[in-house]
Amino acid sequence: MNKESQIKPYEPSSGAALPTRFTLYMRQNFIYQVFRFIMINIKMTIIIWRSH
Amino acid sequence: MGRIVILGGGVSGHTAASFCKKWVGKKHEVVVITPNSKWNWIPSNIWVGVGKMSTEQVTFELAPIYKKQGITYIQAKALSLHPDGGLDSDSPYVTYEHTHKDKMGQQETVTYDYMINATGPKLNFSATEGLGPEHGHTVSVCTPQHAVHASEELKKVIEVMKSGKRQKILIGTGHSSATCQGAAFEYMFNVEHELNEAGVRDMADLKWISNEFFLGDFGIAGLHLKKGGYVTSSKVFAESLFAERGIEWIVKAGVYKIESGIVHYENLDGQKKTEAFDFSMLIPSFSGVGLKAFDKSGADMTEKIFAANGFLKVDADYTKKPFAEWRAADWPKTYQNPTYKNLFAIGIAFAPPHAISKPMQSTNGTNISPAPPRTGMPSAMIGKAVAKTVTDMIKGKITEPQGNHSMTEMGAACVASTGSGFFNGSAVAMTVFPVVPDYEKYPGVGRSLKYTFGEVGLAGHWIKHLLHHLFLHKAKFRPGWSFIPE
Repeated sequence: MNKESQIKPYEPSSGAALPTRFTLYMRQNFIYQVFRFIMINIKMTIIIWRSH
Repeated sequence: MGRIVILGGGVSGHTAASFCKKWVGKKHEVVVITPNSKWNWIPSNIWVGVGKMSTEQVTFELAPIYKKQGITYIQAKALSLHPDGGLDSDSPYVTYEHTHKDKMGQQETVTYDYMINATGPKLNFSATEGLGPEHGHTVSVCTPQHAVHASEELKKVIEVMKSGKRQKILIGTGHSSATCQGAAFEYMFNVEHELNEAGVRDMADLKWISNEFFLGDFGIAGLHLKKGGYVTSSKVFAESLFAERGIEWIVKAGVYKIESGIVHYENLDGQKKTEAFDFSMLIPSFSGVGLKAFDKSGADMTEKIFAANGFLKVDADYTKKPFAEWRAADWPKTYQNPTYKNLFAIGIAFAPPHAISKPMQSTNGTNISPAPPRTGMPSAMIGKAVAKTVTDMIKGKITEPQGNHSMTEMGAACVASTGSGFFNGSAVAMTVFPVVPDYEKYPGVGRSLKYTFGEVGLAGHWIKHLLHHLFLHKAKFRPGWSFIPE
C-alpha cells in the first residue's frame, strides 16, 4: 500500500515524513533485521557501558 | 550488625535491595518494605493490556525470592519516617502498616542505619475528575490488574467494530502535568496493531491526546538524532509514525475532566474543548505516596525532607528559576538527603529539581507540560549506584557518597513496542545520552548525537522481548543475574 496516498492536504499529518515501500519492507526483512538486531545491541551496550 | 531498610520493591527498590544484599552479605541486614506481594516488570504491562501476555508472565511472588536471597521482606505500606528516632531512643525508625491478609492493618516499626526510599509514585487518578478504571471512565495499563481490565475493554470495542459500528479510541495523558508519555505511546501502537490483526482497523478512529508541546517530546524535551543526512527532531520521527498509521494527534492539551465518553481538556490558548471516545487509556499524574516525617518530639517535619509533590528531597538544586537558567548541575549526583546523611531516594521517589521539558502555561495560567520521567533504566542504575554508596558507608569504607550518578551523565536505552509478533512485530529502539539534556556540554541539541539514535523495525521487537526475559531472570536472582546490566 502506498502510504503517500493517505496524505490529507493541510491536515497536521500532511507535514509528516512517510516511509517509502522500500523502508517498510526493510523494517520487516528478516535477514536485514537480524543484522540490525546485532548492531542495535552493540550500540545499546556502549550506552550502558558509558552510563555505569 | 547494621540494617539497611528499603521502602518499595519496584524496579529501583528491587535493584537496590539485590545489590545491597550481594555486597553486604550476612554481615548486615537488608529489609524491604513494600505493599505488594508480587514484583511486576512494568514495561510488559503494555502487552497484558492488549491480551498478548497474562499477569503471570509479567509478575512473580516476592516472598520466596527474597527468602532465597536472605533479604528480610515485609509486605506493608510505609507510613512515616522518624529520622531522629523517638522519645525512647535515638535510633531512626520507620512505621509501617501490614498489607498481607494475616496481619492486615497492623502497625509496627523498624529501626534502620540507612534508609533508601524507593516507594515509586502514587497513581494520582483523583487529580482528574472521572479518570481511571476504578472510579472513572478510562482504562489504565499502570498495574497488571489495570492492564487486564484494559484488555477486556479493548476486546469489547473490537467486537462492536466487528458488528459494523465505528469506534473512537483515545490514548495519551489524563492530566496537564502527567508524565510517562512513552507508555501511552506504546499502548497506542499496540492497540493499532491489534486492530489490524482483528481486521477492524478501518472501523476505528485513533487519536492521541497529550500535554506535550510537540509530538515526540516524551517529557524529556524530545531528542535529536542523525537520520538520512540530517539532524532530525523526535517530532519528525514521532509524527511520521503516527501519520504512517493514520493516527491523529492533539498536543498541548491538559485533560481536566472525563465524563462517560467525553474528555474535557484545555489547550495552551486557554480554550476549553472536548473529545469523544468509546475506549480511552489515559495516564494519570504521579505524586509521592504520602509518607510523613516526624522529629524526635513527634512534631510533623514532612516539609523539611519532602518536596511539595511528596517526593524526597536529595542533593539537587531546588532553587526556582526560569527554563533559560536550568543547568545540568541542578540534578542530583548522589541522591542523599541534605539533612539526614543516612537517607537516600531513588527512582521516582526522589524529588527532581525541575522538569526536563520546558514548562508551558495556558493563557488561564494552567501548567500544561510533562513532569520529568524517572523510570526504567535510569531508575535501576540509580538504585545500583545508591546501593554501592550505602553498602560502602555501612562497611565504613567511606563517610560521604562518592561519584556522580546524575541523569545528566547517564544514558538510557528505550524500546517502545509498536506491535507484538516474532515475524510481524515491531518496536522503536532508541538510546538517549544523556537522559537529561546538558545544553552547555552539547549546545543546541543537549545530547550527544553519537550516542543518541533511534530506528523502527522487527529487530526492536526482538530486543523488547529479550529484555523482558533478561530482566525477569535478573529480578529472580537466577544464575548470572548480577552480570545483566540495568
